[in-house]
Amino acid sequence: MIRTISTEEITKNIKEMCIEANYYLSGDMREALDRAAEGEQAPLGKKILGQLQENLKIAGEEMIPICQDTGMAVIFAEIGQDVHFEGGFLEDAIQEGVRQGYTEGFLRKSVVGDPIIRENTRDNTPAVIHYQMAKGDKVKLTLAPKGFGSENMSRIFMLKPADGIEGVKNAILTAVKDAGPNACPPMVVGVGIGGTFEKCALLAKQALARPVNEPSPIPYIQELEAEMLRKINGLGIGPGGLGGTTTAFAVNINTYATHIAGLPVAVNICCHVNRHVAREI
Amino acid sequence: MPAELPYAEKEAFANGRGILGIMIERTAGITMDQYITTPITAETTKNLHVGDYVYISGTIYVARDAAHKRLMEVLEREEPLPFPIQDAAIYYMGPSPAREGRPIGSAGPTTASRMDKYAPRLLDLGQKAMIGKGKRSQEVVDAIVRNQAVYFAAVGGAGALLSKCIQKSDLVCYGDLGAEAILRLEVKDFPVIVVIDCQGNNLYETASKEYAVL
Repeated sequence: MIRTISTEEITKNIKEMCIEANYYLSGDMREALDRAAEGEQAPLGKKILGQLQENLKIAGEEMIPICQDTGMAVIFAEIGQDVHFEGGFLEDAIQEGVRQGYTEGFLRKSVVGDPIIRENTRDNTPAVIHYQMAKGDKVKLTLAPKGFGSENMSRIFMLKPADGIEGVKNAILTAVKDAGPNACPPMVVGVGIGGTFEKCALLAKQALARPVNEPSPIPYIQELEAEMLRKINGLGIGPGGLGGTTTAFAVNINTYATHIAGLPVAVNICCHVNRHVAREI
Repeated sequence: MPAELPYAEKEAFANGRGILGIMIERTAGITMDQYITTPITAETTKNLHVGDYVYISGTIYVARDAAHKRLMEVLEREEPLPFPIQDAAIYYMGPSPAREGRPIGSAGPTTASRMDKYAPRLLDLGQKAMIGKGKRSQEVVDAIVRNQAVYFAAVGGAGALLSKCIQKSDLVCYGDLGAEAILRLEVKDFPVIVVIDCQGNNLYETASKEYAVL
């Protein structure tokens, strides 16, 4: 059975999701912040985490975006193959939702139309959209506005198979150390392992959109996530990079098959405002 | 407490430590809260030390990437800068749009290292304070020491909280740059932390070592 979905409904949802993501942090991120504020050992670090809690409260109550960098909108659209869209081109509908959300939601327009000419597009479009086919007749939209303070500190490493898991661990630690205070710690570290060059980066981005209280379903990866979180928090970078025991809230790792000759590792870093909203239509 | 004391002393009296207490704490390397007002002079910066929690009141200017690029072009053409640079504080920031009846939207710091290419020239022209987040280059640290300036970090990602300390925001120039325009802000007790002081001490380099367990 083919299910028909109006593209107007897509636009409306994307618009609402842009606004929701930038004013209210998801429950998993709030819990992570509250737990960190409780456990932080450094007095200055504890003070900063307290300010971040206060910041979230002000954002929601007074409708001021959590962070002024309301990001470039990244959208994952998982489309059931039994869905038929009616009313226009899906891509246009998504971009229109971003346009309306950022304009009507008092969100910052941070997108330039060309990377060299650098003229602001004034409505935060275009968004970066990743489409994926799925079974069934539903559409799952995930919207993750991405700030560039942390995006700029992200890395990709094309390791050799001989580098093994130790190489992967070193790559993650190197990226986090280099990011330091620039990425607005406490951060969330999204890691992709495997695939090809571009698939690996995409895995890392998808890992960031996974709730921070949802570990990997793969047992050894789950252990790796926990070990890397421990090691990262042992770096001492701390809240705001000003020293402390909370450098990251979570390390989320996604994996994929890869080539006999390669071991790609991508580390996509996000600040403590790791925004992600998902809806199923 | 004597109201005329502007800086560290005011806070010292407020919490009963007194001047002697401050001197003892300084000798022991203990940081402290300070209240300062703009313009930020060399007299102000010499009393600021890494780790000090500082509340700024007065006028600060907002400029980030594209605005700095234009300021450099202005200097190349040997034209006057659009705001008085002597003893100025520049906040690296690009706010979200203001809702009706409010001076500004969310207003947290952006990564300062992107301004490293431009900062030494402005510091040499008299700018005294930079407010941002993240590491700075050696060239910037050298320019800070050379000009008795200071680099403050504001808490990154706390844009809603920080916006509450901004009482007024006016466009100075480059409105066509949107979120990257140069603004003049009136701030009250705007909270920052001294990360690089006028002697070149760098909190980012020392603070993490204290809590590193590897």
